Amino acid sequence: MRLRAIILKEFLHIFRDSRTLFLVLLMPVFMIFLYGWAVNLDAKNIQIAVADLDQSPASRYFIDKFAQSKYFQVTQYVTQPDEFEDLFRRYEVRAGITVPADFGKSIGNEFATSVQLIVDGYDGNTAQTVLNYARAIVAQYNTELLPQGFEAPIEVIPRFLYNPSLESGNFIVPGLAAVILMMISALLTSVSIVREKETGTLEQILVTPVHVIETIVGKVIPYVFLAFMDGMLTIGIGVLVFDVQFEGAAWVLLTNTLVYLYSALALGLLISTLASTQQAAMATALMLTLLPSIMLSGFMFPIAGMPLILQVITRLIPATYFLEIIRGVLLKGTGYAELYHNTLILFGIGTLFLLLAIRKFKVRLG
Amino acid sequence: MNAVIEDSNIVVETHDLTRKFGKFVAVDKLNIAVKRGEIFGFLGANGAGKTTAIRMLCGLLEPTSGTGTVAGFDIVKQAERIKSRIGYMSQKFSLYNDLKVEENLEFYGGVYGLDSRALKQHIHETLERMNLQHVRTKMTAELPLGWKQKLALGAALMHNPDIIFLDEATGGVDPVARRDFWDMIHDLAAHGKTIFVTTHYMDEAEYCHKISIMHQSRVLIQGKVGDLKVQTGMKTVEELFKHVVTQGDSA
Repeated sequence: MRLRAIILKEFLHIFRDSRTLFLVLLMPVFMIFLYGWAVNLDAKNIQIAVADLDQSPASRYFIDKFAQSKYFQVTQYVTQPDEFEDLFRRYEVRAGITVPADFGKSIGNEFATSVQLIVDGYDGNTAQTVLNYARAIVAQYNTELLPQGFEAPIEVIPRFLYNPSLESGNFIVPGLAAVILMMISALLTSVSIVREKETGTLEQILVTPVHVIETIVGKVIPYVFLAFMDGMLTIGIGVLVFDVQFEGAAWVLLTNTLVYLYSALALGLLISTLASTQQAAMATALMLTLLPSIMLSGFMFPIAGMPLILQVITRLIPATYFLEIIRGVLLKGTGYAELYHNTLILFGIGTLFLLLAIRKFKVRLG
Repeated sequence: MNAVIEDSNIVVETHDLTRKFGKFVAVDKLNIAVKRGEIFGFLGANGAGKTTAIRMLCGLLEPTSGTGTVAGFDIVKQAERIKSRIGYMSQKFSLYNDLKVEENLEFYGGVYGLDSRALKQHIHETLERMNLQHVRTKMTAELPLGWKQKLALGAALMHNPDIIFLDEATGGVDPVARRDFWDMIHDLAAHGKTIFVTTHYMDEAEYCHKISIMHQSRVLIQGKVGDLKVQTGMKTVEELFKHVVTQGDSA
């Protein structure tokens, strides 16, 4: 009865505060479309320049191999390789290919020859991709040159496991779900509790016979509900619009999401005991949830490539564990057997936050 | 029930109740005894220690030393049992502005554990008593301050407590609304409720049965208002207060 009164009241606050509702319902949609469309991690139609010093049928055929692939688009033809630099400076192309003047002659005489590839290295990842694609095209061209009757050399056909087409959606949607769930739940709980501190209503509740645990659980339940809806919204849009795979079992994801939410809400609670104004709570919550969840969870950057100190910090971030879970369930069809230790760690982190929060809560009163 | 009370009429009692914040002594050896049906006034400037004292009695703050009982329960060991017997209202009129008048009452009734039938009846009675029936579905934010104050008192009374703590409960309210408010307080006392108020409005102190003047964390003088006036030869509580505080400062 007492718990029900607190939950009902909290829902009334949420439904009467259009800004919060707006944030809760539109932010995930906004973020997923922004990330899904704008942050395109698949390298396609990379613009390149060509300096064909040979101008022979053989060199034109070779360049055609690049132009016809879906990875490259030849947008500039220059007469001298030193013009590439200017194009790089103006971000007009990512790479330049120089075909030497004796290219056609060498090929005709079956001599070895070489072409030069210059890649703009400001974006290391894309540069690497460009290099790999270019190598693949050259290797294919080489096999064509082999005399009739020879066995074609071993052809490398890469096959990427778990994300066969290497689509960005599969990469981004699980990460976004982790970020949104963490942010919404930690932010909203901490702000709503600090608001009651500011207005004095928290004190008023504390002089009633309601137990601290009842107060906390009652305030948190509506946000569990909201965050859960947001998580489903994110994954739903991911599957329907961005063709994200869903290989695993829904209930494995649901139960793990609840454990993750537990850790996020406990963090929100802890923040609410530290902050004395709503603005402070909001700033702290953003700093402790949004940034680490995006930068340090392995969402955007692989953890293995980080310095040791950062790697240690990633292990304290709930999103790190949830990301492994959600990527596993969505892309690999992983089940409890492989994931249980992550679930347990999340539960442990949540409990640690919760105990700290309750202790802080009591200290403040004592 | 299991606490020993010498005079069964005494509902709030403290012995050398002290609270320190670090080195600062906020309340220094407070000794008071308040009887059932009394209006007890705590007078003093801001920072004199009134609010700290009231917070200890309500179980919001643990004392550093000393003892106290409220409604026969120990304020340290039985704070949870005290909570269902007391009503508390502070200067902030702790209401939810984004809730309707009746929703505020439903919430506070709910957290005191009233079932839905009792809740309905108490809301009806409270709105009637406070003369707020016509605004029951209005947003609390839209109410004038004096009405919010009545609503906050109504919310604090939803569970029919024996003792009511009012901490600067008339702050910022206009004189007419304050008169109304004090009429209600007298009515409650007449029905056997014990009222514990803190105020720095000296005219309000005239409405109290007993007062205690706090200054710099200590009680300088306490007793029945009439007795104290005779004892010091002062005509009003205001004069009495100035007299006592000046003496306290020079001592």
